[in-house]
Amino acid sequence: MSELLVQEKEVVIPGQILAKGMDFLPAHGTFREEDNIISSMVGLVNLNGRLIKIIPLTGPYIPRRDDVVIGKVVDIGPWGWRVDIRWAYQAMLSLKDATQEFIERGTDLTQFYNIGDILMVRIVNVSGSKVIDLGMKGPGLRKLTEGRMIQITPSKVPRLIGKQGSMITMIKEKTETRILVGQNGNVWISGLDPIKEKVAVDAIDIIDKESQSEGLTDSIEKYLNDKLGIKKEKKVEEKKEEVKEEKESKKKEK
Amino acid sequence: MVKRIDGRKFDELRKMEAKVGVIPNAAGSAMFKIGKTTAIAAVYGPRDFQAYLQNPEVGVLRCNYNMISFSSGGERVRPGPSRRSREISLVTEKALLPAVDLSAFPNAVVDVYVELINTDAGTRCAGISAAAMALADAGIPMRDLVSAVSAGKFKGDFIADLNYEEDSAEEGVDFPIAMMPRTGAITLMQMDGIVEKDDIKEFMKIGKKACEKVYEVQKKALREKYGK
Repeated sequence: MSELLVQEKEVVIPGQILAKGMDFLPAHGTFREEDNIISSMVGLVNLNGRLIKIIPLTGPYIPRRDDVVIGKVVDIGPWGWRVDIRWAYQAMLSLKDATQEFIERGTDLTQFYNIGDILMVRIVNVSGSKVIDLGMKGPGLRKLTEGRMIQITPSKVPRLIGKQGSMITMIKEKTETRILVGQNGNVWISGLDPIKEKVAVDAIDIIDKESQSEGLTDSIEKYLNDKLGIKKEKKVEEKKEEVKEEKESKKKEK
Repeated sequence: MVKRIDGRKFDELRKMEAKVGVIPNAAGSAMFKIGKTTAIAAVYGPRDFQAYLQNPEVGVLRCNYNMISFSSGGERVRPGPSRRSREISLVTEKALLPAVDLSAFPNAVVDVYVELINTDAGTRCAGISAAAMALADAGIPMRDLVSAVSAGKFKGDFIADLNYEEDSAEEGVDFPIAMMPRTGAITLMQMDGIVEKDDIKEFMKIGKKACEKVYEVQKKALREKYGK
């Protein structure tokens, strides 16, 4: 006799028994021990027929093929570049995947990408031995300049992007910045106006911290409106701004 | 009814408090407070680990236990790096290892730092309880949480969660255990003092019950951070 002990979207913790009996199948984030299916991470339950899956609420970024990520060049060798993509193992960007150009033997590779450069790359392959191959062939894959990188929890990337990009598009449009989100939780922000850029950074920070709260898109919209509205009135009435800021700080506390 | 020095019942634990996510820089962190003993655990990783210790089959768990220099009066235990802290680092690692599944991170390391900011007996247990929550917060795959508490004997009575006076008394027996609450598997068992053979059974009984109480607090703290 099989029995389901949790509900859809319930928050579970490691070691919690999700279901008893052989009628259910363990999927990502769960495992079977004897007759029981047990959660192995903190996350939300997702039921799909007989499959029980956990959508993680925290945890490291796990590289998958064809993910577009943002990483930092940490080493250069004769084979290409080594890139840190916030994963326990460094990823390799080999010469053949890096560029369409012909690179002659002995060329100084720093003229393409140097140590410390931020790259937007695609994961070409993840091998069983955890060696990750990166590629730069594809639309939008390039070296990122003129901007800054911030980091969010990798599991919150889908929340930052929103349904069909609703959240990120809203932030982009309201703050007039360019934002690139890597699947590994690295976010690249470049805006013409540093004040607006700061607002965008703060908004992303709020999303990272309060990703589970309901109606997040609305509250972020309100936050952006408030913040950007204030900036326009700044020169006219300084007092008003102070009052508003007080209100906001109270809101934040809540 | 005879009670203990601080007025607790024999199987009563000190007041517990737990909080998850206390260190923003870490991948996962937790605070566990039991009585006056306060442990803070932070987890970093899985991260690159190019050392002779790396294991190509499975990830390595590396624990470090430390009592902060101002954490105690230093009457009995002097804080800081010592033989004792090395030993407790090791038993912490051994206590946590059966619960974590690092097979997805070969050659990498997960670092667990346990710092005791105030101590009043039961530090290794508080450290393990905090570390288990921190590992869960870091999203490391786990088979179960680990709850730890000490059992013991003081003036002939079997007691749970010894305080400093009971622990340091000459006739006292300290018997810290750690348990994976779902299966009841014991991952840490140490003993300090002279006991009879039959006492061990009693320690296990009282200790397991106490661990379950710790588990309830850990569960609540984790849900508090991630629940709505």
